[in-house]
Amino acid sequence: MLDLVWLIPALPLAGFLVLLVFGRRLGEPLAGWLATAMVAAAFAVTAGVFFALLGEQAEERSHVVTLFSWVPSGSLSVDLALLADPLSITMALFVTGIASLIHLFAIGYMHGDPKFPKFFLYLNLFVFSMLMLVLGNNMLVTFLGWEGVGACSYFLISFFHTRASAATAGKKAFVTNRIGDWGFMLAMFLSFQYVGSLDYARLNEAAGDLSSTTATAIALLLFVGACGKSAQLPLYVWLPDAMEGPTPVSALIHAATMVTAGVYLMTRCGPLLSASDAGTVIAIVGVATALFAATIAVAQNDIKKVLAYSTVSQLGYMFLAVGSGAYVAAIFHMVTHAFFKALMFLGSGSVIHGMHEEQDMRRMGALRKFLPVTAATFIIGWLAIAGVPPFSGFWSKDEILLYAYDKSPVLWALGLVTALLTAYYMTRQVVLVFFGEARWNEGAGHSDHSQPADQGHAEHRTPHESPWVMLLPLVVLAGLAAVGGVLNLPFSHSTEFLKSWLEPVVGEAERTLAKGTKDVKWILAGIATAAGVAGVAGGWLVYQRKKARPIEPALLADGWRYDRAIAAFMGGPGRQAFEAATWADRTIVDGAVNGTGRSVRSLGQVFRRGQTGLVRVYAAAVGLGAVALLLWFVLVRGVIG
Amino acid sequence: MTAFSLSPTPTWYLVLAAVLFTIGTVGVLVRRNPLIMFMCVELMLNAVNVTFVAISKALNDINGQTIVFFVLVVAAAEVVVGLGIVVAILRRRPGTTADDLAYLRG
Repeated sequence: MLDLVWLIPALPLAGFLVLLVFGRRLGEPLAGWLATAMVAAAFAVTAGVFFALLGEQAEERSHVVTLFSWVPSGSLSVDLALLADPLSITMALFVTGIASLIHLFAIGYMHGDPKFPKFFLYLNLFVFSMLMLVLGNNMLVTFLGWEGVGACSYFLISFFHTRASAATAGKKAFVTNRIGDWGFMLAMFLSFQYVGSLDYARLNEAAGDLSSTTATAIALLLFVGACGKSAQLPLYVWLPDAMEGPTPVSALIHAATMVTAGVYLMTRCGPLLSASDAGTVIAIVGVATALFAATIAVAQNDIKKVLAYSTVSQLGYMFLAVGSGAYVAAIFHMVTHAFFKALMFLGSGSVIHGMHEEQDMRRMGALRKFLPVTAATFIIGWLAIAGVPPFSGFWSKDEILLYAYDKSPVLWALGLVTALLTAYYMTRQVVLVFFGEARWNEGAGHSDHSQPADQGHAEHRTPHESPWVMLLPLVVLAGLAAVGGVLNLPFSHSTEFLKSWLEPVVGEAERTLAKGTKDVKWILAGIATAAGVAGVAGGWLVYQRKKARPIEPALLADGWRYDRAIAAFMGGPGRQAFEAATWADRTIVDGAVNGTGRSVRSLGQVFRRGQTGLVRVYAAAVGLGAVALLLWFVLVRGVIG
Repeated sequence: MTAFSLSPTPTWYLVLAAVLFTIGTVGVLVRRNPLIMFMCVELMLNAVNVTFVAISKALNDINGQTIVFFVLVVAAAEVVVGLGIVVAILRRRPGTTADDLAYLRG
């Protein structure tokens, strides 16, 4: 079974190729079913590999399957090799599992779209790239997947490319990600320079022997890459805009899988991180992002924008975990977050679908009566992210806060505030969408709404519940979001399945808790629960009971004017700097090249006069030349006589 | 028999070759009809052949005569190509001179 690891990425790749050739002929809905089947089959193979690994001794659960030698060049030799170990198989399991559910959902969501087959083509290519990313045995294979998911993200954000905002958002995501890729590439160069290999195993083994500066440099450069892909400060700007893509894309790529690639990379290089001083930086950036994005989410009105900022915030949580040395907690939160955030994104997709493409929460309300299944599943997701026990989010968030507290109480306090804000804004969203009074017919009340109101066709139409292909994934994900916590229950060592499963990979790097007595653990859990409940209660009082005016300052709705600041900077001084660089490039660099060309050209002007084109002149030149040579040999060299 | 002898020496052949070569060279340089220029080139080649044979005989070395065969073969090949081009040009534009064909002027 373990030799079949290559099948996991090969199946979605096959789906991609078939759709590439026959996609249009298959049409709707066959193309969608094919893509879904391929990903589901990949999930089945992954499950098989998982059980095969489970049947082995814990220390032997690491298998490298080398497909071929990819870059054999001198002392740099990189194989296209896949690694099957607990970490990569965990990732592959939840990537393929959630991807198959989202593929299923998309069959319903993309119904009637003229580019239906192409959408699934991109989705399959994405799943293939994502699997290469997580299964890669070395950084180059991961980088291949890394760039692949980036390209698919670009294609899918700009899927409705006729809309200018979607095209711009795609470009923004692509360009921002390149900054991160730059860091990743530099990290690879450094790794090759100092370790002589790009294999994770070799890098992590050698991490202890590297000088602290080198290890920190590699770790921080990898973190720059992770910041770009996982939307951390200061590179988070692309993720909220990425919501221009279709909702299944937001759920799959921009919530559950691709954006967690950075966290995966950090976890994979855990021993390197623990050998370096990068942890504190990562933790600070993580918690700052978590808090920053949570404040913005409080004032957003677009149903998907709230979830987008929430995703940025939750990713910040995962980086806080990584920075605090809680790799198991980071992966745990990644998995539970994938459950509940994919659930809520798909739920919002179901709402948008049912509301005839309406995304503004101010024009929703009372939808629980019209979309009962969507509402029920969404509420489970809400309780999970708010950290209400016993839903999955509570367990993973609590684990992270425990480790953060051990690292520094300041990190813990900031994380706690974030948890409170998270519960608050998610309550706000649930109330605005599913409770309160129906507002979708108040067309005139929101003349400030910038988009033309539904292009007129959806006015006064009642929202409708979605078809079963969309509801089934919601129900499955709701179940997972509710009970996902059982993966890693902190009661005793025997219930910490994820921890003992990941032990062979991250065990050495994992932080040992200094203050982690049982009492501290439960006191912290109590405080976290109280914060979550307080957030929910606050949101409920403000938005449902209307006991207080909502606090939604324009500054927060505008995302702390971060985008504007970038635009102002890049439009003003930045643009001038680039123009100066262009001037220097044109006059100095191009000037030197063009000057060389010009001088050669004018020299040629002199010599071209010799080329008369008359055969007899050439013949005379040959004859005179022969005579001259002869004279030279005879008179000067004295060859003859 | 110091001043005059009727039995030919190698010098006679060399002088003949020099005369032929000069006629050929002057012909190439002064005539403008492509066909005549071509014939002059052949004259030059054969002047060289005469030189080869004469010296080969004088030095009693067969190699000089062998080279003549090579020259003949190459000349034959060259005639095929060159005459083909000349005939093609003259057929398209009767009365063309070599000086009219100055398309490669720089």
